[in-house]
Amino acid sequence: MEDVKQKPKPEDVCPGKKLDRAAVEEQLSRTSGPEYWRSLEELAGSSEFREMMHREFPKGASEWLDSVSRRGFLQLMGASLAMAGMTGCTRLPLEEIVPYVRQPEQVIPGRPMFYATAFTLGGYAQPLLVESHLGRPTKIEGNPLHPASLGATDLFAQASILAMYDPDRAQSVTHLGDMASWSEFAKQLRGPLVVQKALQGAGIRILTQTVSSPTFKDQMQSFLAMYPQAKWHVYEPVNRDNVLEGAKLAFGQPVETRYDFSQAAVILSLDADFMAAGSPGNVRYIRDFAAKRNPDADMSRLYVIESTPSPTGAKADHRLPVRASEVEGFSRSLASALGGSAAASANPGTAKFLAAVAADLAKHKGASLVIAGDHQPPAVHAIAHAMNAALGNVGKTVFYTDPVDANPVNQTESLRELVSDMRAGKVDLLVIVGGNPVYDAPADLGFEDALNNPKVAVRVYHGLYQNETAHLCHWNLNSTHYLEEWSDARAYDGTVSLVQPLIAPLYGGHSAHELISALMGSDATGYDIVRSYWQKQHTGADFEAFWRKTLNDGFVAGTAYAPKQLSAKAVAIPAAAAPDSAALEVNLRRDPSIYDGQFSNNGWLQELPKPMSKLTWDNAIQIGPKMADREGLQSMDVVTLELDGRKVTGPVWIQAGHPDHSVTVHLGYGRTRAGRAGTGAGFDAYPLRTTGALWIALGGKLTKTGDHYVLASTQGFQTMDIGDGETRPAVRQATLAEYRKEPRFAKEDEPPAELTLYPGFDYKKSPDAWGMTIDLNKCVGCNSCIVACQSENNIPVVGKDQTQRGRHMHWLRVDAYYQGDRDDPSAYFQPVPCQQCENAPCELVCPVGATVHSSEGLNDMVYNRCIGTRYCSNNCPYKVRRFNFLLFQDWETPQYKIMRNPDVTVRSRGVMEKCTYCVQRISEHRIDAETAAVRENRPFHVADGSIQTACQQSCPANAIEFGNINDAGSKVAKLKSLDRNYGLLADLNTRPRTTYLAEIRNPNPELET
Amino acid sequence: MADHLKQSAVVERAPVIEPGHSFATVTDKISSIVLTRPTTNGWIFGFAVSFLATMMMLFALGVLFLKGVGIWGINIPIGWGFAIVNFVWWIGIGHAGTLISAILLLLRQSWRNSINRFAEAMTLFAVACAGVFPGVHTGRPWLDYWMFPYPNTMNYWPQFRSPLIWDVFAVSTYFTVSLLFWFIGLIPDFGTLRDRAHNKYAQMIYGLLSMGWRGSARHWARYEMAYLLLAGLATPLVLSVHTVVSFDFAVGIVPGWHTTIFPPYFVAGAIYSGFAMVLMLAIPIRKIYNLEDFITDRHLQNSAKVMLATGWIVAYGYAIEAFTGWYGGNRYDAGLLYNRLHGPYAFWYYMLLLCNIGIPQLLWFRKMRTHPVFLFLISFVILVGMWLERFVIIVISLTRDFVPSSFGMYYPTKWDWMTYIGTIGMFLTAMFLFVRILPMISIFEIRQLLPEAKVEGKH
Repeated sequence: MEDVKQKPKPEDVCPGKKLDRAAVEEQLSRTSGPEYWRSLEELAGSSEFREMMHREFPKGASEWLDSVSRRGFLQLMGASLAMAGMTGCTRLPLEEIVPYVRQPEQVIPGRPMFYATAFTLGGYAQPLLVESHLGRPTKIEGNPLHPASLGATDLFAQASILAMYDPDRAQSVTHLGDMASWSEFAKQLRGPLVVQKALQGAGIRILTQTVSSPTFKDQMQSFLAMYPQAKWHVYEPVNRDNVLEGAKLAFGQPVETRYDFSQAAVILSLDADFMAAGSPGNVRYIRDFAAKRNPDADMSRLYVIESTPSPTGAKADHRLPVRASEVEGFSRSLASALGGSAAASANPGTAKFLAAVAADLAKHKGASLVIAGDHQPPAVHAIAHAMNAALGNVGKTVFYTDPVDANPVNQTESLRELVSDMRAGKVDLLVIVGGNPVYDAPADLGFEDALNNPKVAVRVYHGLYQNETAHLCHWNLNSTHYLEEWSDARAYDGTVSLVQPLIAPLYGGHSAHELISALMGSDATGYDIVRSYWQKQHTGADFEAFWRKTLNDGFVAGTAYAPKQLSAKAVAIPAAAAPDSAALEVNLRRDPSIYDGQFSNNGWLQELPKPMSKLTWDNAIQIGPKMADREGLQSMDVVTLELDGRKVTGPVWIQAGHPDHSVTVHLGYGRTRAGRAGTGAGFDAYPLRTTGALWIALGGKLTKTGDHYVLASTQGFQTMDIGDGETRPAVRQATLAEYRKEPRFAKEDEPPAELTLYPGFDYKKSPDAWGMTIDLNKCVGCNSCIVACQSENNIPVVGKDQTQRGRHMHWLRVDAYYQGDRDDPSAYFQPVPCQQCENAPCELVCPVGATVHSSEGLNDMVYNRCIGTRYCSNNCPYKVRRFNFLLFQDWETPQYKIMRNPDVTVRSRGVMEKCTYCVQRISEHRIDAETAAVRENRPFHVADGSIQTACQQSCPANAIEFGNINDAGSKVAKLKSLDRNYGLLADLNTRPRTTYLAEIRNPNPELET
Repeated sequence: MADHLKQSAVVERAPVIEPGHSFATVTDKISSIVLTRPTTNGWIFGFAVSFLATMMMLFALGVLFLKGVGIWGINIPIGWGFAIVNFVWWIGIGHAGTLISAILLLLRQSWRNSINRFAEAMTLFAVACAGVFPGVHTGRPWLDYWMFPYPNTMNYWPQFRSPLIWDVFAVSTYFTVSLLFWFIGLIPDFGTLRDRAHNKYAQMIYGLLSMGWRGSARHWARYEMAYLLLAGLATPLVLSVHTVVSFDFAVGIVPGWHTTIFPPYFVAGAIYSGFAMVLMLAIPIRKIYNLEDFITDRHLQNSAKVMLATGWIVAYGYAIEAFTGWYGGNRYDAGLLYNRLHGPYAFWYYMLLLCNIGIPQLLWFRKMRTHPVFLFLISFVILVGMWLERFVIIVISLTRDFVPSSFGMYYPTKWDWMTYIGTIGMFLTAMFLFVRILPMISIFEIRQLLPEAKVEGKH
């Protein structure tokens, strides 16, 4: 008894507890933001700390066996508390970030603040405003001041907030799998760097993704100056090598091509899905394109020659489905037709198409635009450049500028060089900054073998996740998310956006800037690095004002690249041999939802229905209907796809409009170390990808395995023809000529307004009556609204199994319908949120009054009251109601708790939910307007345009308008008075508040048969 | 002379009660089943199987309460699946008892006396089985009590325009009145059992249940009046319950639901399935307990005729649905018809037509009507058919309603089946207990059928 009663000695309680307070403070003064208290000692770099970490409890804590040792416990508690409080006694360095509109002193709990920052994908920045509730970023919006955004975003930017809070992120520095610290890393790397210093850095290789950050470029230049023999390699699986090589072919130098769709009357896309999320400038391009689709003004015409069906093709007035490998031939014929010679094609229909396109383009010289797809070979790009030059579009709709990419090298070659250096033992220290080449490098390079090789003595991985690549590196450095770091990046037009942190790093990570800085022996913080770079750029005395304004606006004014005066060189573009028309073409494309795989652990994106197929959680081998018939394949049959002896196995999906003798596979799936959402979803198609054929390969072979694999699609029918000969006119459309002849064509079926014996509530008497219009002519099906809605309204992710059972929770869905020939259909998109019917069928049948109407015409859900009979959903003709069949919401993960929008209820199991028209935003602005009105003693009125629903705000096309329909001057009321305005299922007399503007296509009369 | 002729005519049609019985033999025969007949192995086995099925249901419900209705096959757009199908099916079955007891009593159809008791019991148990589903099918079943209007501090009141609230009242009223009717009908027989029981506990229990019944003339007078009044009260309920249940659908706007023909068609369907269930119970019971004297071919025939008649009303309903779908010119109704005939569930629609219209036509033949085995099989087919009818109406209508993008499919899960089969187990458990401890045929009413009871004719 006596021995256990011994009082533990202080050293036992906390071994090596001679923590140098001064050292801690000194370290702390160099870090940013409040860190978890336990990292204090990590910072102090005490290795004893790690022992303590691994013990879980300090020595002595586990020896609390009887009453006497309780004193030991109290001492322990005291010590922990003192340590926990240490942050309180330490003065943290000042790093100012500037709110967008409101001054910091106006921080009001419950009122969000907005900070400008930028999200970067593929090197291109998307300028953002991020909503922050008391220091927690909760919602991403576009930066309305910035020309690349104008207030909208694409879906990747919208979803990036979930990545920041992802509990599967790398949460600490590890060395050989053991927990380590940043300072330890810096210390341990000093040795190798000293060795390399002597060799001028000959053994150092830095592999980054596409970078456009001027600061990073500057840092790399310093680094390369310090280690002249070191090399900077760049690789990203979704790279723009073809664009670059095409520019080199045409101009002899790498240039960036920028387009102005607002000036283009005739647009020709050569397999370019320029509206796809993630493609450079897509947000602005969609905005400009959509604005030119007004049938009451000058409406543009879009021709698309494309392989894999895409939203761009769906919006085309004329779409020509061809195999990707044949696009080059078509481009050549077209170019020669433009030059005057007859369009040559074996197929008379195609020849007619080409002739008509050429004529139309020629008719609109200077107001036309030819754009080539990133995956098309350089020759197609060069041809497009030549055509634009011939059409006089350069300087009018097409502009050439310096490349946005800070290091515009051929990335495939760059990676090949790195691999051969690694094989040759020339690489001693490899630092991989982001990316995942082990997973996504071209298969023929053998990157994994070259990396996982003792010749590469020190391998450092810096990234958000401990992914496949990180797993093979000695050091894993947890990176900061862009919402946690200082940086900068260029948008598609070259304008530099500043990236400022919204929150202190959740897991104490370090940014890439800090990493490069550390490699140069400095421990400067990201803030210092970025600020000092800009101090060098802006040397005036007004730097502080400049800095504040830049942070406030989110971008450095006047940094857009000026257009260059270039003319395409008239060099003969080497023609490729015509592709074998019977050989099976394999198209590898980045995924519309999870990109190259970097977003595969993002549940919002995994569950986001892909624009054309509405598939979730999986990729598929897409084939055309003709091929399916010929090969006897059904959707969800499992096949083996073989290409030059390399095989992948996956399910088939029959995609209407997909060309014959061609398959498309989306990359990014089949991850093995992605995290809870991404690991195991889909199959990996990268094994088919080689340096010679990154995007398009010929000679594939499809073999049926006889297995069956269930794919989760969220849409029941993808056609409005339901089989009985009837067409349900969900999307109403006409050609421009038809519309001019019969402008009110969409109005059929509408019953008289007052067809009732019982007069309803008179909404005209309400000060506000909310309504929405969705312009189908503008909507390009980009899905940005779905993710925005999910983020704004705390919508849960349900997983593949539940999605496949028809239980996905999106409040807003985008229906995609095909009409006509399955091999070459017209396609339409229709976003469907709650229609907020004035005669709501759901309200009548709820036994507990959980869904009721407000005086402003909103169909409100009272979650607390709902008992979950689902009668309302049965009776909803639009099927926009969503039910929590199980406990779908994650109530446990702490990260998600702080991510959610505090203005929106988090729903529980057994409760019905649906689109509310973002009632929280309506209330916020109503309260604001009322407060202001009371203060000024005047009747209050919510200004038109002050309320934006989340979907509306994120919409790049400006397709969604929301406002007060009682106010005849409001935008939405004006749109509702248009002839094209119609209500979905208005014949049921539901009197929906959400109405649609019918779609108008502008076909070329010459091609109308 | 007339009497003599009438008598022979009745004999030709098979009697309501076989000749040779007296008050004493009737009482002996029926009460002995409860009081003296030993518990057979067959009963124990049947009871055990049914009880296990009941336990399976409770397990399935336990999992349901833990996890939520997501364990079932329902989804968006098919918000109602097996639970509501089963609810309507059971409620329908529960129609026969009250119809036989009350309406046939008022119509002085004395043949009903032999089957009304267990038909009523069957009704109660069926309604109890039905009652399981609306309670558990909600997302948050612990809040089901919000469907009742009761004073509370939450400023909460039900939404009376919803047919689900009407359901709550219709079903609970029906259950209450059926229970009262059944219990009151049992009182004279409880008295009989009390008097004949030898076991002390049985005497006490039956004594309590008989509520002091002594069989005095005054008792009988009061009893007759009460019974008649309750019959009058129950009669409209037979029509109203399924009418209200049909409103659940008719009030909705879903194509295939939104039909004014539903109330009569549902009531007829209910009686159809109710009589099928009565026959499915009566045929084995009369065989096992040798009650052919009391449940005669006449009863089988009459029940079969009722089925034939209601079956045709149901068939008319189907025909009118199809006709309006075709003739009405409404694209949604036309789409529904197309979906029923050619959609993914078309097989089940044709099965429904076969079960509810095709096969029951055999009942036109007298041989079929009087052949217990065939009648049993036809009744089974009708019950399957009526279940399919609800499946067709509820589920298939929901799979494809208005917007093609939201068309869906419904696949029941094992939990759906376990709950459904479990309620059948619960029903049979209750039936097994009923035949074991209560007189399954009304003793005093059978005695009324005897010639001895026809005293007034002699004067």
